[in-house]
Amino acid sequence: MSTEPGGPEAVPTSRAVRSGIRFDHVSVTYGDLTVLDALDLTVEPGEVLALLGPSGSGKTTALRAVAGFVRPSGGRVLIGGQDVTDLPPHRRGIGMVVQQYALFPHLRVDQNVAFGLKAQRTPRAAIPGRVAEALEMTGMAGYARRYPRELSGGQQQRVAIARALAIRPGVLLLDEPLSALDAQLRSGMLAELARLHRELPDVSILYVTHDQIEALTLADRIAVMDKARLQDCGTPQDLYRRPRTEFTASFVGSANLLPVRVAGEGALHFGDAVVRAAELPKGAVEGAEATMCVRPHALRLAAAGAAGGAANSLRGTVTGVQWRGSTHRLLVDAGGHEIRADVGDLRQPPAVGATVTLAFDPEDTVLLPAGVGTERPLLERV
Amino acid sequence: MLVHSRSGRWAVWTVFFVLFLPLFALPFAVIALASFATHWSGAFPSGATLTHYQDITRGESLDALTTSLVTALAASVLALVVGGWAALAADALRGRGRRLLDALFMLPVAVPSVVVGLSLLVAFSKPPLLLNGTRGIVVLAHTVLVTAFAYQSVAAAVARLDPAYEQSAASLGARPAYVLWRVKLPLLLPSLTAAAGLCFALSMGELSATMMLYPPDWLPLPVKIFGATDRGSLFSGAALAVVLMVTTLVVLLGVSRIRTRAAYR
Repeated sequence: MSTEPGGPEAVPTSRAVRSGIRFDHVSVTYGDLTVLDALDLTVEPGEVLALLGPSGSGKTTALRAVAGFVRPSGGRVLIGGQDVTDLPPHRRGIGMVVQQYALFPHLRVDQNVAFGLKAQRTPRAAIPGRVAEALEMTGMAGYARRYPRELSGGQQQRVAIARALAIRPGVLLLDEPLSALDAQLRSGMLAELARLHRELPDVSILYVTHDQIEALTLADRIAVMDKARLQDCGTPQDLYRRPRTEFTASFVGSANLLPVRVAGEGALHFGDAVVRAAELPKGAVEGAEATMCVRPHALRLAAAGAAGGAANSLRGTVTGVQWRGSTHRLLVDAGGHEIRADVGDLRQPPAVGATVTLAFDPEDTVLLPAGVGTERPLLERV
Repeated sequence: MLVHSRSGRWAVWTVFFVLFLPLFALPFAVIALASFATHWSGAFPSGATLTHYQDITRGESLDALTTSLVTALAASVLALVVGGWAALAADALRGRGRRLLDALFMLPVAVPSVVVGLSLLVAFSKPPLLLNGTRGIVVLAHTVLVTAFAYQSVAAAVARLDPAYEQSAASLGARPAYVLWRVKLPLLLPSLTAAAGLCFALSMGELSATMMLYPPDWLPLPVKIFGATDRGSLFSGAALAVVLMVTTLVVLLGVSRIRTRAAYR
C-alpha cells in the first residue's frame, strides 16, 4: 500500500479512485467443485461489462471474487491495476448493489447513503453534500428522511445504488440488481442505469445478470458464462449477430441450432433439405458437420414451394402455437428437430398438425463448426 | 390453532380453561391470597392483613430483593456479553468447531444446577482463586447458568441475519468492528434484549445453586423465601414470593418495550 501515507488504517478515499477490473486466471473451488474455472477477463475503466449466464454458471462467484467475499483458489484479481486478491472487502474501494437491496433497516435513507462515507471517515462537513448528491443522482432526494421499509422495491433499489455511488467508487458491482423488480419497473431502471453510466464516465461497472435483455441494453461488452467458464465475450451486436459458440447463440437470442452437413458448392444438408448460409467457415470440407444458427424471428411462413428468391425453406409439421400478443410463436417439427419461429401476429394461425413451409434468408444465419464451445473455453475476443 | 366450527371453538376454550386455570393461574392466585392472610384453615384464608408487606419494606427482606436484583442484573449483563460474543464468533465456525462450541454452551443447561453450584464451590475453594464465601461466586454461578440461554438465543438470531447486510457494509468500506457496532448489533438488538430478559428472569428465580454458595451478607430473595417457608412462616414467604414475581414481571415488561421499539421489520 505504498500510495497510502497513513499506513494500513488510512481511509480508502484518500487514494486516487481506481477503475478497471482484471481477472487473471481466477479459479474458485469448493472442495471438488469448481465454480469458476480460470477466468481471464478485463473490464476497462468506464466500461459496462455484463456477465451473462444461467444460474450456476459462475457469474456471481466472479463478482464476489472482485468484492472479496470469496477467495480465489488460483489466479489474481486486480482493481485499477492493483492486486487486491489478498485485501479484505472493506479495503477494495468498490461499490456494490445486490438483488435484495440489503438496505440497513434501522437507518433512514440518508443515513444509509451516509454509511459508507462515515465508515471511511470522510470529513463530517462533506457528508451531507455527498449524500444529497447521490440521492439527487438516483432521483431519491425527496425520500431522505424515510426508512427503507417505507419505500417500494424500485425506490429501495435506487437508494441502494445511491449508497454505493456516494463513496465514489472506481468500480461498481451490480449483482442481478433488477431481478427483484417487476417488468415495467425493470425497463425504467435500465434506462436510469444507462443514464447513470453516462454521468459517471470513469466508473467500471460489472453487471451480473441472467437476463439477456438487460445485458444487451446496458452493456458495452457481454461476457457469456456457462458451466464455470467464460464461453464468449464481445459487444452485444457482435454476440447477437455473430455468436462464436452454440451456447452463446442459444442463450443470447435463443437461436435455433440446426445440425447440418457441408455439401458441395456452398450448399448444406439439413436432413433431406438443402439450405445455404451467408458464408461457410474457413476450411469447411465437404461432409463436415456444422451447426446452423437461425433466430426465431428470422423465420417466416411461406406458401408451399414459394419461399421466393434465394431464401432457404424448410417444411415441417406444426406441433404448437403460442400467441404472444405482437407475435405468434410456432413450434414446427422439421426432420425430427423442433424449430421455433416467431412470426407476426397472424389472422389465422396454422392449426397444430398442419404442414407449413418456413422461409429464412442465408444472411440471417450463422454457421458454427459442430461442437464449438462445448469442449474448451474461448479466450476473450480481441 | 384454527378451529372454524362454533362448537369446536367452545370445546377448545373449555379444555384451555380446565387445564390452564388449575395448573397455571390458581397456584399464583393462592400465593397472592396467602400473602394477605394470617390464617388459612378453611377453604379460604382469613385474617386479612398487610403486615407481611410492611415487614418487607424494611430490613433483611429489602436487602434480599436488592441482592437478587443486583445479582440478576450483573449475571444477565455478563451472560449477554459472554454468550453474545461467543454466538457472534461461532457464526464464523463450521463443522466440528461449531458443534464443540454449541455442546460447551449446552453444558450448564444439561447439568443440574445443584451440580453446577457444587462444582463451583469445589473449584474456587482453594487459592489462587478463592471465591468461596464472596458475593462474586453467586454472580458467577448465575452467569454460568444463564449464559447458555443467552448464547442460544443470540446464536439463533445471528444465523437468521442476512449476510448481505454485513457484506454490503464491508463493500462500503466499513471495517469489521464498525460493521459489528453499526449494523450487526443494531439488527440483533431485539434478540439481545429478549435474551437479557430471559437471563434476568432465570437468575431472579435461581435457588438450588445459590443455596450452596451464598455468603451471609449476600442472600438473594429465593433463598429468603425458602428460609421463611422452611421455618413455617408460610404467609410472609408468600408475600416475598409475590414481590419477587411482580419485580421480575415489571423488569420483563420494561425489557419487552425496548424490544418492540427496536423491531424494524
